[in-house]
Amino acid sequence: METFWMFVKAFLIGGGICLIGQIIINFTHLTNGKILVLFLIAGAVLEGFGLYSKLIEFAGAGASIPISGFGCALVKGAVKSAHQEGVYGALKGGLAACATGISVAIVAGYLVAVLFRPRTKKK
Amino acid sequence: MEKTYEITKDNYKSYVFEKMPKSSHWKNMIWAFIVGGVICTIGQAFIELYKLWFSVEDASVLASGTMVLIAAIFTGLGIYDNIGRFAGAGSTIPITGFSNAVVSPALEFRSEGYIYGVGAKMFLVAGPVIVNGVTISVIIALLTLLFGG
Repeated sequence: METFWMFVKAFLIGGGICLIGQIIINFTHLTNGKILVLFLIAGAVLEGFGLYSKLIEFAGAGASIPISGFGCALVKGAVKSAHQEGVYGALKGGLAACATGISVAIVAGYLVAVLFRPRTKKK
Repeated sequence: MEKTYEITKDNYKSYVFEKMPKSSHWKNMIWAFIVGGVICTIGQAFIELYKLWFSVEDASVLASGTMVLIAAIFTGLGIYDNIGRFAGAGSTIPITGFSNAVVSPALEFRSEGYIYGVGAKMFLVAGPVIVNGVTISVIIALLTLLFGG
């Protein structure tokens, strides 16, 4: 039952974050790249105050799957290793925490580019 | 050979506005909510699955990785862009949208070679995301060191 509610919370919070993004797009016509960066920074700053981790605790993938969760993971990793290793840790921890996602995207992107043909977009 | 036409910044913008579906904002918003919610729910399913073998943190990282991989394949198959057409932010903001932003230009610019085509264009959107993300994370980490947050 607890698992079921995690799914509900993931749906509602994840959907809600995307809804906020869509409202911003509707009113400002920002491009995808700018929206991604905007949400990434929002997640990073919120985590700077320790808030975004709490949202992830509450909503699981609903908060960690949106790009703001990526920003949160960067800051969380950087702050955590900064506490252990000082400036060296601050430089190391962020990317280390996000290495999996970035590496998968790069390797998968390369393989897809090799194996698939670009498609003409349907009208 | 397919017919191509030159796209400048200005006429692209008017082109997009022209082609933009005239549907109401409400419809966009509902689709963004539903698709974004569904993507996160699938992510949650992977977290629950990986939790059987890993800690919650690792399960969360692996679930994100899995979603990135699935989105990369869907982008290759041309499915993700079709979802994006009606889902808007619902498909952009999840990490799958980041994956799409990496794979899509990689695929598109393959004709320019693997070094300057795939290798460089892959980071058209991912570059700004990673650059901004890393910079802000280092700054915040240094600030917490300074002020003992």
